[in-house]
Amino acid sequence: MRHGKYPFILAFLLPPVGIYAIYMLSPYIQAIYISMTDWSGFTSSQTFIGFDNYVAMWHDDQLRTALRNNLILVLVVPVLTLLLGLFFASMLNVGGRRRGGAVTGVRGASIYKVVYFFPQVLSVAIIGIVFKYVFAPENAGGILNRVLGAVGLGGLQRLWLAEPNYLIWIVVLVMTWSFVGFYVVLFSAAMQSIPRDIYEAALLDGSSRLTTFRKITVPLVWDTVQVGWVYMAIQAMDGFATVHIMLGINGGVQGAGDVLGIAMYREAFSEADFGYAAAIGVLMLILTMVVSIVFMRGLRRERVELA
Amino acid sequence: MTTTQAPPRVSGDSNGGGGNRGRLPGTGAGEKAIGLLNGGFLLFWGLITTLPLLWAILSAFKTNGEFRVDPLGMPTGVQWDNFSRAWSAANIGQYFLNSVIVVTMSLTLTMLFGAMGAYVLARYDFPGNRFIYYLFVGGLVLPVFLALVPMFFVVRNLGSLPVVGQFLGLNSYLSLALVYVAFSMPFTVFFLTAFFRTLPTSIAEAGIMDGCSHFTLFWKVMLPMARPGMISLALFNFLGHWNQYVLPLVIMQDSDKKVLAQGLGTLAASTGFRADWTALFAGLVIALLPVLIVYIIFQKQVQAGLTAGVLK
Repeated sequence: MRHGKYPFILAFLLPPVGIYAIYMLSPYIQAIYISMTDWSGFTSSQTFIGFDNYVAMWHDDQLRTALRNNLILVLVVPVLTLLLGLFFASMLNVGGRRRGGAVTGVRGASIYKVVYFFPQVLSVAIIGIVFKYVFAPENAGGILNRVLGAVGLGGLQRLWLAEPNYLIWIVVLVMTWSFVGFYVVLFSAAMQSIPRDIYEAALLDGSSRLTTFRKITVPLVWDTVQVGWVYMAIQAMDGFATVHIMLGINGGVQGAGDVLGIAMYREAFSEADFGYAAAIGVLMLILTMVVSIVFMRGLRRERVELA
Repeated sequence: MTTTQAPPRVSGDSNGGGGNRGRLPGTGAGEKAIGLLNGGFLLFWGLITTLPLLWAILSAFKTNGEFRVDPLGMPTGVQWDNFSRAWSAANIGQYFLNSVIVVTMSLTLTMLFGAMGAYVLARYDFPGNRFIYYLFVGGLVLPVFLALVPMFFVVRNLGSLPVVGQFLGLNSYLSLALVYVAFSMPFTVFFLTAFFRTLPTSIAEAGIMDGCSHFTLFWKVMLPMARPGMISLALFNFLGHWNQYVLPLVIMQDSDKKVLAQGLGTLAASTGFRADWTALFAGLVIALLPVLIVYIIFQKQVQAGLTAGVLK
């Protein structure tokens, strides 16, 4: 193996490491420095201003809205997705008729999985556009309002995207809608590996569905839930494309649907305040780190080993 | 595999009169109701998932008049003209082509370079091996947004290099493809390194005995053996690259160079003024088709590939 090993290693490592270093690593390193300048991007001079950008962020009300919205996304989307994901996954895998005491999945479970999972492979742009029209006023698509009217709930009709207070919750719904299927499939895989006889034993002991779910299914898929939970929180931090398409670059009416990614993009590419934008980026990095650590800690629980 | 001696259920025991003796918990009338409820919930979520998409697809075949007056109705005829307006007037054809060019380049390079890097990191011992591995894997936790601003300037400045600059600046297919490659490296290297480690060493050793060079060993022996891992990862990367939204927004600012997801977003923003909704939905269907086809053909691998991303 000695013969010509190092030239080979070098030749194979150079392209991936080179591209990675130029296009990904170097930007991250530069970002920290840029965040401490007042660079507008189009001048060659950039003055080092220390933590001024970070102080300015503290006093920026719009950024506070964005931060609040990000926190809502990070807290609510994972909880909703997790609950719905576990619920549907357990119905699909152990919710079947218990014929002769055997616990089975429901009929058509695999078709449900294919359908539920589909939003995951769609571009966020497509999802954003579809839901922009779902929540639009009646004379421009507006199928939600039409459906409400058709079933006699006309009183609930709203100009959904014109109400500042609704915006972030609409984003929450759209993101949850697109994530749930993924977690149904993920949790299904975990539930498939639970030995059937555990369920049968529980059934013989007279355990109800709810007890079975709480005492058997959930603990036995907990490892997967834990990993999925962290991954979901990181995904939910984003929200950029959904907001950008549904609400626009200013975060909708009165900027009420703003998120950090949008704020950063706006500061950089429409306000040309690259220093400030980079500082928002650093804030996002810190938040992502904190959220991953908190979420990993939050769900730690004793491991259940399958015999 | 039934291990219990449950009595076979008699149809009609649902009115439960007597004879509860020996009945297992979890059978009978309540069970039937729960079963129905179960099915109801599952069906409900199935409808919630499909109906908005189905509505969007149907809207692509309507006239704008039908869309405005009766958005929930069925199209009366099939307006193929929507698709040709979307393709040419709304520029979706150009965007589609741009996406195909960029993703072809980025996917090929990602898989090639990712496999090369992962192979060397997995099978060769050399100083700095661990360092480079963690350099790649560390990238998994970095949010894209932090890199956007400097990345814009890196790409812009590469554009002013002599000779190669014309291929590497902003609004260049190659630039965007290379950016995709860079951002796909962490996961690709991580996944494939794990995969190459699982391959048996005996075959590689046999190859060396037969006088294979390191290159031949990689191309003729190891890469073909890694095919299953390569396929799920290629699907994962294809979907990621095809659907990417924020990176092209920064790199491709020329309206002729936009990729599909980004172009659709632009089209959606101007659709209200142009009063041409059905062309937007036709564009949406055009964008959705390749993904739908890939998903239908490879749905098992896609589900496995995407969920593996979390579990690894």
